[in-house]
Amino acid sequence: MTTNILEMQSITKTFPGVKALSNVTLGVARGEVHAICGENGAGKSTLMKVLSGVYPHGTYDGDIVFENETVEFKDLTDSEAKGIVIIHQELALSPYLSIAENIFLNNEQKGRGGLIDWNKTNFEASKLLARVGLRENPTTKIMDIGVGKQQLVEIAKALSKRVKLLILDEPTAALNDEDSDHLLNLILHLKEQGITSIIISHKLNEIKKVADSVTVIRDGKTIETIAKADVTEDRIIKDMVGRDLEHRYPDHTPHIGEELLRVEDWTAHHPQDTSRVMVDKVNLHVRAGEIVGIAGLMGAGRTEFAMSLFGHSYGSKISGSVFLRGKEIKTRSVAEAIDHGIAYATEDRKTYGLNLIEDIKRNISMASLKKLEKYGLVHDNEEYKVANEYRHSMNIKAPNVLVKTGKLSGGNQQKVVLSKWIYSDPQVLILDEPTRGIDVGAKYEIYSIINRLAAEGKGIIVISSELPELLGICDRVYALSEGRITGELPVAEATPEAMLKLMTMEKPR
Amino acid sequence: MSNPNPTETTESHAVGGTINPVENRFTERLSHILADLGKNGIFIALIAVVVLFSFLTDGILLRPQNISNLVVQNGYILVLAIGMVMVIIAGHIDLSVGSVAAFVGACSGVFAVHWGMPWWIAVILSLAIGAAVGVWQGFWIAFVGIPAFIVTLAGMLIFRGLALVVLGNANIGSFPTEYRGLGNGFLTDLLGEFEIDPLTLGIGAIAIIALVLQQVRTRLGRQKYGQEVEPLIWFITKLVLVGAGITFFVYSLASYKGIPVTLIILAVLVLVYGVVMNRSVFGRHIYAIGGNRHAAELSGIKTRRVDFWLFVNMGVLAALAGLIFTARLNLAGPKAGDGFELEAISAAFIGGAAVQGGVGTIGGAIIGGLIIGVLNNGMSIMGIGIEWQQAVKGLVLLLAVAFDVYNKRRSGGR
Repeated sequence: MTTNILEMQSITKTFPGVKALSNVTLGVARGEVHAICGENGAGKSTLMKVLSGVYPHGTYDGDIVFENETVEFKDLTDSEAKGIVIIHQELALSPYLSIAENIFLNNEQKGRGGLIDWNKTNFEASKLLARVGLRENPTTKIMDIGVGKQQLVEIAKALSKRVKLLILDEPTAALNDEDSDHLLNLILHLKEQGITSIIISHKLNEIKKVADSVTVIRDGKTIETIAKADVTEDRIIKDMVGRDLEHRYPDHTPHIGEELLRVEDWTAHHPQDTSRVMVDKVNLHVRAGEIVGIAGLMGAGRTEFAMSLFGHSYGSKISGSVFLRGKEIKTRSVAEAIDHGIAYATEDRKTYGLNLIEDIKRNISMASLKKLEKYGLVHDNEEYKVANEYRHSMNIKAPNVLVKTGKLSGGNQQKVVLSKWIYSDPQVLILDEPTRGIDVGAKYEIYSIINRLAAEGKGIIVISSELPELLGICDRVYALSEGRITGELPVAEATPEAMLKLMTMEKPR
Repeated sequence: MSNPNPTETTESHAVGGTINPVENRFTERLSHILADLGKNGIFIALIAVVVLFSFLTDGILLRPQNISNLVVQNGYILVLAIGMVMVIIAGHIDLSVGSVAAFVGACSGVFAVHWGMPWWIAVILSLAIGAAVGVWQGFWIAFVGIPAFIVTLAGMLIFRGLALVVLGNANIGSFPTEYRGLGNGFLTDLLGEFEIDPLTLGIGAIAIIALVLQQVRTRLGRQKYGQEVEPLIWFITKLVLVGAGITFFVYSLASYKGIPVTLIILAVLVLVYGVVMNRSVFGRHIYAIGGNRHAAELSGIKTRRVDFWLFVNMGVLAALAGLIFTARLNLAGPKAGDGFELEAISAAFIGGAAVQGGVGTIGGAIIGGLIIGVLNNGMSIMGIGIEWQQAVKGLVLLLAVAFDVYNKRRSGGR
């Protein structure tokens, strides 16, 4: 196996009580793009942390052979010295420093007397930026460029370290289509320059585009490595979830009842720049048992609409009317919105949805303590019981409800968020990107939960940037563009082409 | 021992996997005890400090009179620590409590001594002033949105200054007897003189019985709801140990002057605030806000209102601490409350509160405060100078938090 740049042999890593990796084997050929797929919690990140020395030699069993040499990394610096660089999903850039400063952070370009040579720093940085195809001044601050460009800066930083093996952990998770394309092309371009890449991704279409081979990991074990020619979406999904997924979306027969929620002329302005209209006279309605989608590109105002409706949590100068079962209601505070039976599950569950240092139980009860309260005191045994019921009914994978939510995988965290809102007895649930950053198997479970809620007669609004997902689960879809509803189609008529046309429709000027 | 309660083992087997069941039960019990010790590391640290200083002071530390002194000398810090840990759990800090205590102490001097008001009116008025201070600071923090660090740093200067204004550059002294009781009084005075005070022993016995009943009730309640509970042996052992500790403590108090009034105040505060933080909706909201403010807001929690009331509460407790301190010294002076804020903050952090908020307990803060108290007291008995006492206390704070951080990292938290 001399052609392989990297051989990880029977890697086993145990945490107290959990076997995260068991006998995982990974071979990466020199100069290829190797994709690693697996559900959240399957062990992909753990494997990469073993490889990059975050978990130092001695804390795991097995051997790592890099360039025909057994390596024993003590930390990240060790692995970087050998040319292995990992780029995490959450970018590690300092927002107030310039692009050049970030690229050479901890690798400063020193001149005479050990002081930083700024001309050299910026010159070298601009050469690296050219290599990754980023046209920005190296003195621009990181906070002034978008996430897509920041990702490129990370890669430039890796190149500055003379990277031989580049590891990208879900690099396109936060990028729009255009930036994703650019990044994927860059990975192929780097391949031509002889740089081997490992890419961890959920997105099957991008794996098909760039990967020369795919290794699937499930439950801490290697399932198989598939060569490019044999890669099919179905095969990967089957490997990942361990069963055939005939349909990616569960069957759903709508039983649509009377109108639940109607929003008229909903308008919200930017919170700081109050002259900017972010949500522009939105009219929409949801009926009982109906799943309604809101499709829109990034920046269309989807989250802004939902959050301004939900207790005026976003924006300024908010106007418009809301009717619940035909009666006008006010939603001036979150508590008021919840009291009226509206729930909003955020797109960013770590920042806005969960208390990560608190357990499952207390997260589920957080929005509904009133229901557990008697004389101002919380009935904590009842709370435990309720949480445990949700753990079973929502299939939250945790040994008990006292596990901190920070330790759960993305899919299970999302189930906790949904449990929290279902327990608040809503009539209308607004789900903002309910499957973002979640693996295929858990997505299916979330869709089933959404169907179940609709079958119980609740009105569901799903906001998603994945059009196939909306078309797969909704009964009716609205298109949002520049803060305006530009169209509304029953799902039978909503072809991707028709939707995209509506979603990109510009305001008449 | 045969299976004492079926719910416990079924639950744990599901988690534990399939190892030899006998060995499993033993290791599981052991791991439970170890986890418990880890969680109560601060309590063990207190015991260690007490044992250490009993040796270093040739047993003086544990003499009845000294035990009584320990409570009375640290009462006001412990009162502050209760409010402080709540503020810290919500992700704030309060630097002004020492100055507020001095300011309120000075006001109470004016009320009770200069104006000759009845002591109880002076006390109520003083607490109201504390609340007003809290309203002032809470307004800036919660509704204007200025960081608590800044608002209370300003408060530290403002109220120290106002204390001096009220005092008019002089001490106010010689308070009425009832007022002084807050800091110096003992409950024995009710029944008269005994060698071993029976009232104290009686209250101690009631406390132990109440504790046992409450623990058993909680345990039974949890079992009824199918929750995992600790092994029965360990449960009983813990109760016996705690009971023995209380017995020793109460016996010491009884053979000195009885139960200090300060201890009664403290016990009531610990009980009330313990329930508030553990069981009440308000307490839950504090933890939720400290853990993730955004998530709390989007769950319908009125975060500003909680912040506001937290500081009002802190103001009242700071006022109470000021009263106890003034009563103890029988003097309202310009240097009162100097450095109280730092001792209260140290107590909260030694007691396991997290700098980022979201984590901490009333019990932890009290134990943290007691550790500082024992250090102060023990080193004073040994004749160690104030300069070294300061340095040692600083070191203990650093090590306590370092130990906590190390523990969290080892247990796999990120």
